[in-house]
Amino acid sequence: MEVYRKAVALVSGGLDSMLAAKIVQNQGVHVEGLNFFTGFCVEGHTHAIRTSTDRPNRNNALWVAEQLGIKLHIIDVIDEYKKVVINPKHGYGAHLNPCLDCKSFMVGKAREWMEHHEFDFIITGEVLGQRPKSQRRETFPVVARESGAYDRLLRPLSAKLQAPSLPEREGWIDRDALFGFNGRSRKPQIALAQRFGLNDYSQPAGGCCFLTDASYSGKLRDLWEYRGTKQYDFDDIMLLKVGRHLRPRPNMKLIIARDAGESQFLRGYRRRFTHLFSVSHSGPLVLLDGVDCDDNTRLAARLTARFGQGRDAASVRLDVVYSDGEQRQLNVRPLPAEQVLKDWYL
Amino acid sequence: MSQHRLDARYLLCPLPVIRTQQMVDELAHGDIVEVICTDPGALNDIPAWCRVHGHELLSAGSSGEDIVVTVKVVGTTR
Ligand code: SF4
Repeated sequence: MEVYRKAVALVSGGLDSMLAAKIVQNQGVHVEGLNFFTGFCVEGHTHAIRTSTDRPNRNNALWVAEQLGIKLHIIDVIDEYKKVVINPKHGYGAHLNPCLDCKSFMVGKAREWMEHHEFDFIITGEVLGQRPKSQRRETFPVVARESGAYDRLLRPLSAKLQAPSLPEREGWIDRDALFGFNGRSRKPQIALAQRFGLNDYSQPAGGCCFLTDASYSGKLRDLWEYRGTKQYDFDDIMLLKVGRHLRPRPNMKLIIARDAGESQFLRGYRRRFTHLFSVSHSGPLVLLDGVDCDDNTRLAARLTARFGQGRDAASVRLDVVYSDGEQRQLNVRPLPAEQVLKDWYL
Repeated sequence: MSQHRLDARYLLCPLPVIRTQQMVDELAHGDIVEVICTDPGALNDIPAWCRVHGHELLSAGSSGEDIVVTVKVVGTTR
């Protein structure tokens, strides 16, 4: 009796992992997808925060699974992932992206899943030479080893540039039907997508997560620096995705909503932070993260007024609601534009 | 066959889907889960997740400020 082989594919929602899963599926292997939610993913929820966006309102990983007709398991790794971000063995990329550690971590989680569900091997969409730091000839074996997947890890898009993996050696997969893509060009993937009849796919510009974003990483560094410890919780990293962040003084940071959607989102944090909003004019909800002494509150109020419709008024009336529920009203003169220093912006 | 309720309010996608998946993993064939969310993304994501796993979507819509998606466990998630 012929044994039906099973593979688990890492599905990010992008084109490469979609193609990798499709190539293996085409060889009669049963494929299921895994998608890890680290809290830093660009996928999914950011469109829910801002009111105006032209991003399609869909989860790309689920969408890919539907196109391929495979199951997709979305797994919450928020807590476990902290050790990857806080202390990556192989360091960071251009920003706070620990790509190599991240890949080993994710393939490692896939290996656990594979063992638990009695699957045979793991598929990723990695392409040799695609990313300068994490997808190089030297790093491919690192991921295979540190994840514990060893030769049960198959990268169908670059397999021909590697020694044959277990699925190839055992004949579960025909090596001739795999590829030898190399380098940063996206053309071979786009051509392959066409050949497979896949014409609607997402191609995220930077990477799959916010840690590759300079501005986001700057905010995370700032958070660590002023807290004096390299820790974070889920709310911290969500808040870094929302609003303008200004640090006018070492002991105070303001998060200023940019639109009604962000104000609504920040309202969810009003019990954790002191918050301010104008009552005489329309304007943003502002969270004060730090010391809410009178001096800081006053500056926060003047900045809140600056970013609202009353910016040119002589005086703006605001409500200040402290995190313990106490409330007061302030009348302030909006801070003039030239006094809002550039280096306050994170 | 039993009825269940999942409070996924104030969670942003994909967390409502993840919580739905975790609950459905523990349920029996024929059970029904009503998921209450506030992120409108759930209106797309939970139905897509149901299609991928073969569960039946009984309803999906808004009720006041909340979004309510009702799923019948008929597929196999695992
Ligand atoms: S871009 Fe982010 S999610 Fe992708 S490998 Fe790097 S750290 Fe991991």
